[in-house]
Amino acid sequence: MEDLKLPGIDYGALLPMLILFGAACIGILLEAFTPRRSRQVVQLSLAFLAVTASFIAVIFQHDTRKITIGGAVAVDGPTLFLQGSILVLGLVSLMLIGERQIERGGPFVSQAAITVGSQKDVKQAGDQPGATEVYPLTIFALGGMLLFVAANDLLTMFIALEVFSLPLYLLCALARRRRLLSQEAALKYFLLGSYASAFFLFGVALIYGFSGGIALGQVHAAVADPQRSQVLLYGGLALIAIGLLFKAALAPFHVWTPDVYQGAPTPVTALMAACTKVAAFGALLRILYVAFDGVRWDFQPVLGTIAVLTMLVGAILAITQTDMKRLLAYSSVANAGYLLVGVLALNEEGLSSTMFYLVAYGFAVLAAFGIVTLVRDGDGEATHLARWAGLGRKSPLVAAAFTFILLAFAGIPLTSGFTAKFAVFGAAVEGGQTWLVVFGVITSMLLAFPYLRVVVLLWLSEPSETTPTVSIPGFLTSAALVIGVAATFALGVVPAPLIDLTRDAAQFVR
Amino acid sequence: MEQTVEYASATGALSGIWLLVAIPLASAAILLLLGKRADKWGHWLGVLAVAASFVLGLVFFISLSGLEEGQRSAQQSLWDFIAVGNLHVDFGLLFDPLAGVFVLLITGVGSLIHLYAVGYMEHDPGRRKFFAYFNLFVAAMLLLVLGNNYVMLYFGWEGVGLASYLLISFWTTRPSAATAGKKAFLMNRVGDAGLAIGIFVMFATLGTTQYDEVFGNVSALSSTTVLILGLLLLLGAAGKSGQFPLHAWLPDAMEGPTPVSALIHAATMVTAGVYLIARSNAIFSANTTLQVVVVSVGALTLLMGCIIGAAKDDIKRVLAWSTVSQIGYMFLGVGLGGGAYALAIIHLLAHGFFKANMFLGAGSVMHGMHDQVDIRRFGGLRKYMKFTWLTFGAGWLAIIGIPPLSGYYSKEPIIASAFERGDWTAWLFGWAALLGAGLTAFYMTRLFVLTFHGPERYTEDNKHPHESPFIMTVPLILLGLGSLVAGYLMHTSVADWLVPVFGEHEEHHAVMPHGVINILGIALTVLGAGLAWLLFRKGTALEPQPAGVVVTAARRNLYTDAINEAVFERPGIYLTRALVFLDNKGIDGLVNGIAAGIGGTSGRLRRLQTGFVRSYALSMLTGAVLVVGAFLAIQLGWLA
Repeated sequence: MEDLKLPGIDYGALLPMLILFGAACIGILLEAFTPRRSRQVVQLSLAFLAVTASFIAVIFQHDTRKITIGGAVAVDGPTLFLQGSILVLGLVSLMLIGERQIERGGPFVSQAAITVGSQKDVKQAGDQPGATEVYPLTIFALGGMLLFVAANDLLTMFIALEVFSLPLYLLCALARRRRLLSQEAALKYFLLGSYASAFFLFGVALIYGFSGGIALGQVHAAVADPQRSQVLLYGGLALIAIGLLFKAALAPFHVWTPDVYQGAPTPVTALMAACTKVAAFGALLRILYVAFDGVRWDFQPVLGTIAVLTMLVGAILAITQTDMKRLLAYSSVANAGYLLVGVLALNEEGLSSTMFYLVAYGFAVLAAFGIVTLVRDGDGEATHLARWAGLGRKSPLVAAAFTFILLAFAGIPLTSGFTAKFAVFGAAVEGGQTWLVVFGVITSMLLAFPYLRVVVLLWLSEPSETTPTVSIPGFLTSAALVIGVAATFALGVVPAPLIDLTRDAAQFVR
Repeated sequence: MEQTVEYASATGALSGIWLLVAIPLASAAILLLLGKRADKWGHWLGVLAVAASFVLGLVFFISLSGLEEGQRSAQQSLWDFIAVGNLHVDFGLLFDPLAGVFVLLITGVGSLIHLYAVGYMEHDPGRRKFFAYFNLFVAAMLLLVLGNNYVMLYFGWEGVGLASYLLISFWTTRPSAATAGKKAFLMNRVGDAGLAIGIFVMFATLGTTQYDEVFGNVSALSSTTVLILGLLLLLGAAGKSGQFPLHAWLPDAMEGPTPVSALIHAATMVTAGVYLIARSNAIFSANTTLQVVVVSVGALTLLMGCIIGAAKDDIKRVLAWSTVSQIGYMFLGVGLGGGAYALAIIHLLAHGFFKANMFLGAGSVMHGMHDQVDIRRFGGLRKYMKFTWLTFGAGWLAIIGIPPLSGYYSKEPIIASAFERGDWTAWLFGWAALLGAGLTAFYMTRLFVLTFHGPERYTEDNKHPHESPFIMTVPLILLGLGSLVAGYLMHTSVADWLVPVFGEHEEHHAVMPHGVINILGIALTVLGAGLAWLLFRKGTALEPQPAGVVVTAARRNLYTDAINEAVFERPGIYLTRALVFLDNKGIDGLVNGIAAGIGGTSGRLRRLQTGFVRSYALSMLTGAVLVVGAFLAIQLGWLA
């Protein structure tokens, strides 16, 4: 019998993930042993502490470039940059999740298992504080995302996918208001997510059959060998891509997005829109740039078609939306299309500009959903567009911030939206994908319409009786909004430091 | 004609020339920003700012005259204004003999008119705003004459245009003032576009807009390029100076307050075109065709101005047409070239005094007559307005050129120069200038006699004319003195002073002896004045009477407005209507059609979003089949 040899493990390189997973486990224990009254403070502090510590660990690793733990994890420039982005965006999401002052008990239900509409449910909706399990769940999800962008073999990637997806399914179901919608969203997300995971796993099996290994480096080597079965290669690549396209919300695998974004508690939607997008595109970048770059001429047209379809579907469907969260969901779909344009440049510029776009979009979308949590009436958030009419007269500051974010989504100069779009389009032109840029510009024009319609609604419509009030944001939400808006402005005016950072980081190890 | 131009850099006291522009500009900014808080004292700040610029200008002028004759210039580059690729434009100033006399004219006459305006605008609620615009004008005009490159000149050029627009339509509640402001603005745009394109041509062919570099390299250009460049600059000059064919705005500009008419539309801004041509003398002297065009414009405009001026009944309009005509003389002068450049500048300076004087006098008359402007309704005012009568009289005698008043010394040499042209055109332009002198005497005498002499023809509400207050008569007296003696003082000194800019004056042979021209000029002047005196000493009808073809045409501005309307305005209106129609039906239809199409698509696609997991899964499966199929198809060579 062969001796099992332990692979070398670089704990330092894994530290950011270890911190999060450790903190999540501690959080679960705390749930059991901390008195109910102090749980919120303790859990929130732990979560902040863990994310911050993890971020510091990422910074300390900044010049690590290695593959460790038996080839399962690659810690390199893109990994560290994306991990850092996930952690910063995650921290801001945590601020929205931890907010307890806008609504009594916070945005989460206290006991999700109670039947909707029962007497107990009415009681808990009135005065019970929200569940504090959301914090460990969030930390687990963030930990899974860190692993997802670092995974260097297909199985690790699959496990990471499940690790961050499962907590998200749960989080989606925990809304305090409109619980049926929330539970429906969670179930849909779970069912379709599992479905997509199955595609991914099947793809992994085919690629294993093709290359005889699951490490990305092995796949890369096998792609170069023309003797192997091309059917297995392309079938496997297609199915793996489908699994990732689902998470990144690209058409036609985006169908879950509007329903889930609308049903999930808004802070969780923000987390998904910002962090999940980073994780999904991080993995997609690694798969395409590291494992399959040998067949780039074959997947470029197929994925390019998907990018065009995504931009068109996102832009066209955004036009007729009447719900703010669904509008933002379709905007997120369209933005996934722009990101894919950057990815398909398949050069260093494409890698760095996509990473820049992820950060820029993340901050803007966090601020957007943060503002959605503020606009509410007696029944919770008022997300129907008609209810936002004339908000500029009633709450000019909030409306101005939202207008600014919408302009950023529309890609107006002096916002991060402009620099980010400019960067990915520039990279795509350089990478010979001008046709994608043409569609990108056309759909940007289409998308400007729904955004500007909201701006018109905010400022030029008379406020009606039903225009909701804007709640005074608590400290956490205010901080999240200030960070989101300031970053959107800063990345529009002085993008150079972050662009330099992405350029320094734009090199995968294999 | 090879010409090298070099400017010394500014040292000593002259390094402060930027203050000339900065002081009135700062004052304008203070007056505009402080708003109503400055209402009580704002007008005095305005007067003080221009007076300070005048004192400084005088100091600089004296230090410049202290320099050796060959080095009388001071150039100062303040900062890099535009630096794009090959285009470098400094924010630079140049104080040389030509700029010096303009600075003194602008700030000197400007100070007096500012002082006058304190009294004239006393009862106007917008007096502070008026002085802010007035200071803005002075700053822009100084920048125009002090710039050391064409872009600076253009900067000031547009600045004075803006100030002129704001001040013509200062009384915004009067529709006629608003219309006149618009008319001035639009006609100036035509000229300004010419100037701007001229500057572009300069940059394209010479690579610079700096005066010294442009003038030094003109000889390297082909004569066609020089012609085009010069015509473009001439278009700009004609627009700003109210010369044919862009003259129509200037008489309408009299809708502004009278101090504006005096300072901007008589003494300074409208002479900017003359300055431009004089400054660009290296360009205009380099092409004889160009000079003929300039002379023709000048001669035509001076005659037109005289003829129309003789038929007008509005005291300010008569003076405005007179301005058009007198600037025609200046254009004639700068077109003749050589030493006549200096003669044109001397006439410009002398005109600045006597025309400002007469405009202020007209303002004084209106002040005492409830804003009556119709000379048919004046008469005998000398009894009531002694100061105004005497000072206006000085201006009248000056403009018609009675020796030894200033007009005689400034206009006579231009007429003589016109006769010095080397070919048959000497007869044409010389006689045009002589005829103009006679006509000027006629219409100015008509104006003077109808206003101050003969029977009183006042309207019912104007039974008690009165003299204007002290603060208005003091500037009148000073300007009146200037009208009397300025020409005599300047006619040799300024010509010598300007030698570094224009070169030595060379005597040419005239087609008639100078003495004959001189006597003819005086004779025609006396004839015109005497005729007007005989015709109008007993007054005139209270309303315009039916008249012959010539008078009717003159009353209608020789139909130039009608021609403008028929040739430019109507086709322009039809063109815009056609474009609006095309935009509404064609382009908007297309755009709206696309928008409706996309909206419809969106509505239909929305129905696919059913909310059922099963249909979502189906769409994902379809997508998966297509993606896998596409990959396999590529691999099997079906697609690629």
